[in-house]
Amino acid sequence: MADLTTRFAGFKSPNPFWLASAPPTDKAYNIVRAFKAGWGGVVWKTLGEDPPVVNTCSRYGATSYKGNRVAGFSNIELITDRPLAINLQEIKEVKRDWPDRALVVSLMVPCDEESWKRILAAVEETDADGVELNFGCPHGMSERGMGSAVGQVPEYIEMVTRWCKQHTRMPVIVKLTPNVTSILGPARAAVRGGADAVSLINTVNSIVSVDLDLMAPEPVVDGKGTHAGYCGPAVKPIALHMVAEIARDPECRGIPISGIGGIESWRDAAEFIALGAGTVQVCTAAMHYGFRIVDDLKDGLARWMATKSYAGIEDFSGRAVANVRDWQYLNLEYKTIAAIDQELCIKCGLCHIACEDTAHQAIASLRNGGGRRYEVIAGECVGCNLCMHVCPVDGCITMQRADDGSRERNWTQHPNNPMAVGASPVDGAAE
Amino acid sequence: MAGSQVTAHPDIAAARLSPEVYRANFADVHPPLEADQAVVEANRCYFCYDAPCVEACPTGIDIPGFIRKIATGNVDGAGLRILEENIFGGSCARVCPTEILCEAACVRTEQQGKPIAIGALQRYATDPTLAAAVHPFTRALSTGRRVAVVGGGPAGLACAHRLAMLGHDVTVFEARERLGGLNEYGIAEYKVADHFARAEVDFVLAVGGIAVRTGVALGRDLSLADLRGDYDAVFLGMGLAGVKALECEGEELQGVFNAVDYIERLRQAADFATLPIGRRIVVIGGGNTAIDIAVQAKRLGAEDVTLVYRRTAEAMSATGHEQEFAQTNGVRIKHSAQPVRLTGRDGGVAEAVFEYTATQGGRLVGTGEIFALPADMVFKAIGQVFVADPLAEGGSSLLALANGRIRVDADGKTSLDKVWAGGDCIAGGQDLTVQAVEDGKRAALAIHRSLAG
Repeated sequence: MADLTTRFAGFKSPNPFWLASAPPTDKAYNIVRAFKAGWGGVVWKTLGEDPPVVNTCSRYGATSYKGNRVAGFSNIELITDRPLAINLQEIKEVKRDWPDRALVVSLMVPCDEESWKRILAAVEETDADGVELNFGCPHGMSERGMGSAVGQVPEYIEMVTRWCKQHTRMPVIVKLTPNVTSILGPARAAVRGGADAVSLINTVNSIVSVDLDLMAPEPVVDGKGTHAGYCGPAVKPIALHMVAEIARDPECRGIPISGIGGIESWRDAAEFIALGAGTVQVCTAAMHYGFRIVDDLKDGLARWMATKSYAGIEDFSGRAVANVRDWQYLNLEYKTIAAIDQELCIKCGLCHIACEDTAHQAIASLRNGGGRRYEVIAGECVGCNLCMHVCPVDGCITMQRADDGSRERNWTQHPNNPMAVGASPVDGAAE
Repeated sequence: MAGSQVTAHPDIAAARLSPEVYRANFADVHPPLEADQAVVEANRCYFCYDAPCVEACPTGIDIPGFIRKIATGNVDGAGLRILEENIFGGSCARVCPTEILCEAACVRTEQQGKPIAIGALQRYATDPTLAAAVHPFTRALSTGRRVAVVGGGPAGLACAHRLAMLGHDVTVFEARERLGGLNEYGIAEYKVADHFARAEVDFVLAVGGIAVRTGVALGRDLSLADLRGDYDAVFLGMGLAGVKALECEGEELQGVFNAVDYIERLRQAADFATLPIGRRIVVIGGGNTAIDIAVQAKRLGAEDVTLVYRRTAEAMSATGHEQEFAQTNGVRIKHSAQPVRLTGRDGGVAEAVFEYTATQGGRLVGTGEIFALPADMVFKAIGQVFVADPLAEGGSSLLALANGRIRVDADGKTSLDKVWAGGDCIAGGQDLTVQAVEDGKRAALAIHRSLAG
């Protein structure tokens, strides 16, 4: 089977699966349980300056989707609410007992050099492998000028990152907030500041739901609520996009990326790695099911890698990056039309009504005798593939290639584009 | 009593079981879904377009529509969506053979062999509406027109309810003491436990505008000619009053019962411990009544219950699901055997003698091989027949019949002016509650059109 050993920005871990800085990594007790279960590394829940913060009751909100719980998850918990000295002592003990695992310490202190210098020195004492700068936390800390209040201002990111690199020998990971219009501003700032790696995404600003009896956002704290950080499976697409944007950005090229956001299965992890992540960090899935999920994360990923003849993570890390293009460079001559496998069709009619009401009137609803039959009207089908997505039967509707593959023309070359640059095919990365 | 017998003959006794066991045996056979179960099940529904399940429902309930409402937590809306097409949606949720109707048509049946539990969801949706203090439908302004409904079963009451909604004044004539028809008298107790049929009748009548006269029988207490004279329209939903005879030797022996009579007695019993039941039971027949008496006999404490049907399992009108239910209740089913004679001892039936059958040239014939089953009681459940006598005036029926039942057109209109009919008493009747409800509803709409015209 494939080797999952991971080398990432100066860290080494037996596998790429780390627990993200969050409630599961608040204490030695939890982290030892995680290491026993097989996690490759952890990012210790964010340390700050004493006195510790105070947390609320309750702290979490969740979205259920059609009976499936925790499709999305939100929290208003702050950084660790335990005294700094206790955390440092436990970090030291855990690292001593588990030398083969990556142990990263998340940090968040006020935006002045002395504060960072002070805490970095304290962390170095623990022999932790490195630090992660929490520039992402969207609630509670940002109002005090920390967390995403720093992460939304590239100049601050660069400045703090530079301080940290000056004041510690440890590798520095910068954790990025998604609550920005472009992730590249903060990512480039981290690179300029000398970051050894970036990790993303932190949670997304959100109100997960409203209690319609209390008329208050959830989680409700004594009748009131606040915006919370959204995470879990629902945010994975947002995270994948941001990871890809950094991976294909010339100014960020080569920066190691630790992917975070809704990772629940080995397949999720593989997607992040394919888009350029070197490690992945998990939280919500562990909070939902416990640390034992790491068993299939490792086993499933290694088996899939073996089927693809990938000997190690680096063999496929970033493999999909080159195929992420700006829209204008997609081939507009590539044509497909839908094909319905009548043997597999169960006659639910969802393809028809979706196309009829909301797309291109390209699927006919027919009756022969009492039987229903749904047929693609090839001349009307634009190959949008909506029908394929709504069909509840795997493999029943497929998109069949309709052009001969001989022509390639993108928007920059298209006659309908007033800005077309001519006939020569032009490719390019973002920006 | 024969001295060599270990047990007395016939071994028929009441109070075979403890009160707790009776209670458990005749409680709701399918407990209602809990809210979380209902939401999970509702979310399995694909919300099909032109859904096959709707077409498979004789009353055309908007099944994907009501299931979606359950999924979103709009249970009252779901209940109303069902009841607006089928006012007996509560009992249909319990007694419908969904496995040959909506659930057979469910696309998940084809995909996975596991349909949405439509019947269970329908019950989940309708239970709160039936239990609510306020009837969900209101009557239109009174039309001043009067309609007589003969028979207070699902067909008659569905017709009466729809007519009342449309503003007509309805009088229901019922020969028995209670309304409800087979739901009250003819279906296994555990399918409609806790007097559900009575509660449902009360719910239906709560729309208002429906007068009820029980203990009044057509042909005895009033005539069709009287009704046609006194009312603007008449709906006949009389069901099937007769039972088929075995026409074999020994049918008159003590211990030989019509299944429908015994079920009626069971359904009206205040205490199941008062019902005498044999140790060894033979049931003859292949329909739902045969299943219902066989299982209920077992649940009354009978030791050996054998159901004998003259044809194969596939030919039984009881569905595969019902047959399996009987078998898991410990009923032995023997196929392809017809009764030859019932033999008695000491005046009571002692043995049922059967001959194996086979199909030759499309006809069922006896093979000559004989077997006998010991029996303390024999239940006949080989079908019910329409009794046309109450319709007669001066010796001949006023109404045209077809295949021994009342002939109607697509609207339920009979050959006679101002007279409609529906339910089991009409030709082509399918002996299905849900079809009876549709017949009543459809006839009500036709009557409404004719009265308005």
